[in-house]
Amino acid sequence: MAVKTLSVDGQLISAREGQTLLEAAREAGISIPTLCHLDGLNAVGACRLCLVEANGRLLPSCLTPVAEEMDVQTQTDRLQRYRKQIVELLFAERNHVCSVCVANGNCELQSLAMRLGVDHLRYEPQEPECEVDLSHERYGLDHNRCVLCTRCVRVCDEIEGAHTWDVAGRGTHCRVITDLHQPWGDASTCTSCGKCVMACPTGALFHRGSSVSENVHDRETLHALILAREEKQWLV
Amino acid sequence: MELEDLIALTEAESSQHAEIEIRVCTAAGCLSSGSRSLISALEHAVEDRGLGDRVGLREVGCMRLCCEGPLVSVNTSTSDGTRVPTLYGKVDAAQAPDIVTSVEQGRKSAEALHSIDPNGPFFAHQKSVVLEHCGIVEPERIESSIALGAYRSLHRALHDLSPAEVVEQVTRSGLRGRGGAGYPTGLKWATVAKMPPGQKYVVCNADEGDPGAFMDRSILESDPHRVLEGMAIAAHAIGANQGYIYVRGEYPIAISRLDTAIRQAKRFGLLGSGIFDSTFNFRVDLRIGAGAFVCGEETALIHSIEGLRGTPHPRPPYPAESGLWGHPTLINNVETYANIPVILREGADWFAQIGTEQSKGTKVFALAGKIRRSGLVEVPMGVPLREIVERIGGGSPEGSSVKAVQTGGPSGGCIPAELLDTPVEYESLKALGSIMGSGGMVVMDQDDDMVGVARYFMNFCMDESCGKCVPCRAGTVQMHRLLDRIERGEASHDDLVTLEDLCDLVQHASLCGLGQSAPNPVLSTLRFFRHEYESRLIEFSGPPSSAVSSDPR
Repeated sequence: MAVKTLSVDGQLISAREGQTLLEAAREAGISIPTLCHLDGLNAVGACRLCLVEANGRLLPSCLTPVAEEMDVQTQTDRLQRYRKQIVELLFAERNHVCSVCVANGNCELQSLAMRLGVDHLRYEPQEPECEVDLSHERYGLDHNRCVLCTRCVRVCDEIEGAHTWDVAGRGTHCRVITDLHQPWGDASTCTSCGKCVMACPTGALFHRGSSVSENVHDRETLHALILAREEKQWLV
Repeated sequence: MELEDLIALTEAESSQHAEIEIRVCTAAGCLSSGSRSLISALEHAVEDRGLGDRVGLREVGCMRLCCEGPLVSVNTSTSDGTRVPTLYGKVDAAQAPDIVTSVEQGRKSAEALHSIDPNGPFFAHQKSVVLEHCGIVEPERIESSIALGAYRSLHRALHDLSPAEVVEQVTRSGLRGRGGAGYPTGLKWATVAKMPPGQKYVVCNADEGDPGAFMDRSILESDPHRVLEGMAIAAHAIGANQGYIYVRGEYPIAISRLDTAIRQAKRFGLLGSGIFDSTFNFRVDLRIGAGAFVCGEETALIHSIEGLRGTPHPRPPYPAESGLWGHPTLINNVETYANIPVILREGADWFAQIGTEQSKGTKVFALAGKIRRSGLVEVPMGVPLREIVERIGGGSPEGSSVKAVQTGGPSGGCIPAELLDTPVEYESLKALGSIMGSGGMVVMDQDDDMVGVARYFMNFCMDESCGKCVPCRAGTVQMHRLLDRIERGEASHDDLVTLEDLCDLVQHASLCGLGQSAPNPVLSTLRFFRHEYESRLIEFSGPPSSAVSSDPR
């Protein structure tokens, strides 16, 4: 297997051919913020938080393969500014109220905001009318918390193989939907496996009955599952 | 079909030419102003006077001067055999007998009719390459296209040129993509041609969606065989056997004429298997877009053809490497394909002589807005914008003056009147923060408010954003809100700073061209008309209205 050497934030690192910049950087202990990315799922490059500057170009690190002698910057002022703006835009897009959220303290959007120092919003909240779907007997969907990362769509399609989830509408009217926009409880393809809930970065998908801060997204199980499928071995 | 058959068809068609030919525009603009009822009135008038054998009534495509529609052109043979065209504008169905009487008596025009000088400035300063047969050829009859030379270049490409030679011709012509970005067409073709043999596709992007643009629509409605021929030549050059025309559902006339054209071409053996008795097979299918602007972006277009949701994905890989169902795919715009037959016919060097060093050939523009003569315009690259706006378009109507010209639709920008001497070239327009775009050109006068214009285009981009990436989905919404507040005089200086910051983010961080170019109308109006923004800002006291109180939530 060919190995590439490249420089990330001035530090020389080596990476396997075919690895993405994000994977290589993380392996080298350099953290790049992401939201739509989840190990084991196809990358979509949608949240734009993992943008890095490579040879003067802005590239999504989750999708860019490593190349020999690449000169990558992951923490420039410009990138930090963009990341902060993106997180602020997400907060202003839906009705995110952490204090009453099931994912409070266990939310990737919240951690990103803290990490990037988002302490106020420059943008006017859009305050859209968002529904809460509690038709499923075990899980719930709160569009107010959804950031449209499409992890649920991909995990259901790629790991569970059910493709219950999809996205309807466009622009700011985008909504994740189940089947052909039926209530989740009526979605005949849903296997109730709960992988979408495990994958969700915020409190948009949750276990019914959980109260503030009680909904913990079980990423470990999901990762073990993905690994087991990829490596064709089950962990005991 | 062989070359002899083509020639025989051409001769048969030419011998059918009537002594007097009346052509009526049946492109979308004229149809909407009543050319359908005009045609039936003309039919009746010809019948009433028993002129059926002397007069030929032809339903043709766009005659360009759309503001004067419905347009009727009359060709009468004079004693010395030359044909004198007469053009009538704003013809009412009630005037049909007048037209027929005047042509019957050999008079140039009846008094009640509004006659247009075909050598007037609107036509005289244009150069027809792509549109050479628009308004002459009958789009629903392949025989009419063949009589004007259609499919001759395809024959030549198949029998006299190797695929590599075709690519070389296109490269040498200097043709650049007419969809807006201006990527060298020859280079794109060469890239796909060099991919290993196997399944490859040719796609025609006919998803024209810019406000104010109707170039591709006019070409498809007026001369569909030219586009099919261009695609077939491209398929031969790169080694594809399947093509798709992705046309927007809002263009029903173009769809129906393309459908007819494809069926006729198949019947004549010009599409399908063993074209011109060669081993070349090429099938073309239509794919109708459901009306999403983003599907004009090539990766989103590919998803849409595949039957998936029309959202873009980051490039690379480019479609030339991995396009439809992962196979190498050549995607060009309608006008790009329409240039191909003429390049092969007249030669790459002939084509390269037109235009400028960096931008060869001609460009079709849809001229609209506050202008005396609006319609479809084709000019050599490099002519100053002023030539199009003032000489061809006749400038702004009485009592107003041109303030700016918007080129490139929502991805473009506004060029102020004092810069009208800028030549129409990819690079010069880009230097002004606008783009050539697919060719929409909207003229604005002193009554137009540039903040309002920017807000209009931002509203368009906000509605058309696919919603996949955050900067485009959420950023355009915030930009629209800020522009709206500035327009209403409720914004502060801080809001303007926030707007400019958002322009930077959306332009550089968005996933595809829609988002990356969405701030252009704002940036270009800020650059040239900043005072219109600043004069409306308010001094605020207290916290800015846009900011939420310090609340980390």
